Amino acid sequence: MHCIVTGGNVKVLAKAVHSLSRIGDELYVEPQEDGLALRSVNSSRSAYACFLFAPLFFSRYSITSGDNFRCKMAIKSVQSVFRSLTTLEKTVEKCHIDLDKQKDRLTFTLHCKHGLLKTHNLSFQDSESLQAVFDKDSYANVFRAQPRLLVDTVVHFPPSLDEVTVSVSDERMWVRNHVEEEAEASKAMLTELCLASDEFDHFAAQAHNSVTFCLKELRGLLVFAESTGLPVSMYLDEPGSPVVLSVTDSVLEGNFVLATLSDDPSLRKNSSKGAHTAAPPPPDDFMNDDMDSYLIAMDTSIAPGPSNTGPPPPSLSGDTRSKRPAAVSHKARILIEEAEEEETDDLDRLPNKKFRSLFFGSVLPPSSQLSTQPMTSQEVLASDSEEEN
Amino acid sequence: MKFRGKIIDIACLNHFTRVVTTISKLTKMCVLRLTPDNLFFVLSGKVANGGVSMWCELSQANFFDEYQMEGVSSEDNEICLEVTPENLSRALKTVQNAKAVKVKLTKKHCPCLTIAAELEMRCVWGYIHLQSALRTRIQPQPTLSSVSRVVTHDVPVDVIPRRLWHEFKEPSMPDFDVSIYLPPLKTMKNIVDRMKNLSNFLVIEANLNGEMNLKIETDLVSVTTHFRDLGNPPWGDDASQDGGPSQSRDPESMVEARVDIRRLQQFLVGQQVNPSKAMCNIVHQSVLHLILLHEDMSLQYFIPAVA
Repeated sequence: MHCIVTGGNVKVLAKAVHSLSRIGDELYVEPQEDGLALRSVNSSRSAYACFLFAPLFFSRYSITSGDNFRCKMAIKSVQSVFRSLTTLEKTVEKCHIDLDKQKDRLTFTLHCKHGLLKTHNLSFQDSESLQAVFDKDSYANVFRAQPRLLVDTVVHFPPSLDEVTVSVSDERMWVRNHVEEEAEASKAMLTELCLASDEFDHFAAQAHNSVTFCLKELRGLLVFAESTGLPVSMYLDEPGSPVVLSVTDSVLEGNFVLATLSDDPSLRKNSSKGAHTAAPPPPDDFMNDDMDSYLIAMDTSIAPGPSNTGPPPPSLSGDTRSKRPAAVSHKARILIEEAEEEETDDLDRLPNKKFRSLFFGSVLPPSSQLSTQPMTSQEVLASDSEEEN
Repeated sequence: MKFRGKIIDIACLNHFTRVVTTISKLTKMCVLRLTPDNLFFVLSGKVANGGVSMWCELSQANFFDEYQMEGVSSEDNEICLEVTPENLSRALKTVQNAKAVKVKLTKKHCPCLTIAAELEMRCVWGYIHLQSALRTRIQPQPTLSSVSRVVTHDVPVDVIPRRLWHEFKEPSMPDFDVSIYLPPLKTMKNIVDRMKNLSNFLVIEANLNGEMNLKIETDLVSVTTHFRDLGNPPWGDDASQDGGPSQSRDPESMVEARVDIRRLQQFLVGQQVNPSKAMCNIVHQSVLHLILLHEDMSLQYFIPAVA
């Protein structure tokens, strides 16, 4: 893989990395045909973020086609490459990103003013593919707003606040902090504010839902959106279904998927039993029924989510082949697709590739991503005319 | 029991927020006493907080444009609430640019002080970018839409029953030996910060000649900072409570109080604005009484001396 980012886009890339660092500790890098994907997920799998940079974002983008390369690395190391944003803006002219397969290294070379070259060699680990399954089109409530609106809303809540509840009606959106019932309800301060529909660029509330999710991870997206001035789209559905926030531009797309509290008492019961009961069937949109294909294998290092979300989820270390329920604890988990790298079985490889194209939004406007028809070929928006190997 | 106040003036809101923030830096919990004319933030000296006590008095007319209250009864026309000032401070800080802020005593899941703010009109500007062919001519077409938004913060409080009100009365002026104006608080704070690294206790001594020393002493080192020409407040006839100890005192002789340095530092750290007058009264080896007078509020802080 070899790509070059020039000018102001270096800063945008840096900001994306910084905002991904608010989610998890590791950065998953995956160069794809439709662009470079940078992803991160938190340890409890309740927050996932992905930035996809189209080939047009780069002044040069070449990948070895057919090569399913993906890796992960400590996000702190990548952050240290792009440490000071103001310095980046002033001195960096270009950034080269090269993959050295032999040495398992990803090299970031910053071409700065006065002929200065800063080279960072970051080692990576092979990783499983990381993708969240979500379909923005199927969501009942869609909103779009200037980032300023959301920043101004979020400022009223203390930085330490974990969870916030968003409720929508036809004309309004209420945002208030969420307080666990069992906790000291009498001692906690409650903050609430109300946004009118005309403050949004787009406000379509078909279902009057109320969802609760973690605010902390959202702030990373807001910082990115505010600095790039891109409007933020918000997709809400019923409790338990993750909330999706995204920023889109012609050359990049960022999606933050945050799990929401599910208030379904039956799910709560399930979790206390250890969640080995039959799972609700996942959305009926996979092309094949092969269980192996949609593994929701979790990391062996499972940490429970924020302390007030009830019993910790059961460890899923051993059995990666069993199907896991979508909502493991009463905090619904994001359905995450992870295919084990070790699976050299071609049969298994193939459906995964298809999943990637099905479930991951390219820079095309979100068409039905979960169609049951196989997608024959994806329209190449921006071919890299320089490198047609 | 009812309370309803409204602040419209931005400067008043600013001052009020600063007062509450100062209080929040001094103590985690305190008592708020509401009377028809005043608000008091009170901390009574208990062992739990190291015997430190505080009394802060504000005249409501200086802050509130509207103020209505109905106390527990007509004879006891007062409301006493236990509150966490940090919550109040946090709520107020986020609404600094509000058109109006209402503070009300409400009952939600528990008694609360509700701070409801109407935030200023927001303007939303939209830009229309012409197509790339005409990229050179980007014409901003501002669309002005003004909305005002309401934010509410519910700060839980505990109502203090009447039988406990005696604990939160105004402290009487101690029979001090020396009263002296303080040096600039920032200077004091810097010195106390440095001294805190060396020792847990600090001796503050002063005399009637406008001289004050801050001393720490450990096995290895002793450090003293001397202040001169501070001036002594003219208490006049107030001072002669018991045959005028200050009159007969030798102006050169020092009285001292040895206090926990962290308490003194906490007091100094919390001060955000320079007061009009800052002074302290020392009762020899007994108590250090700090008094700050601002335009619109007065703050008294008592630190007991340790052996």
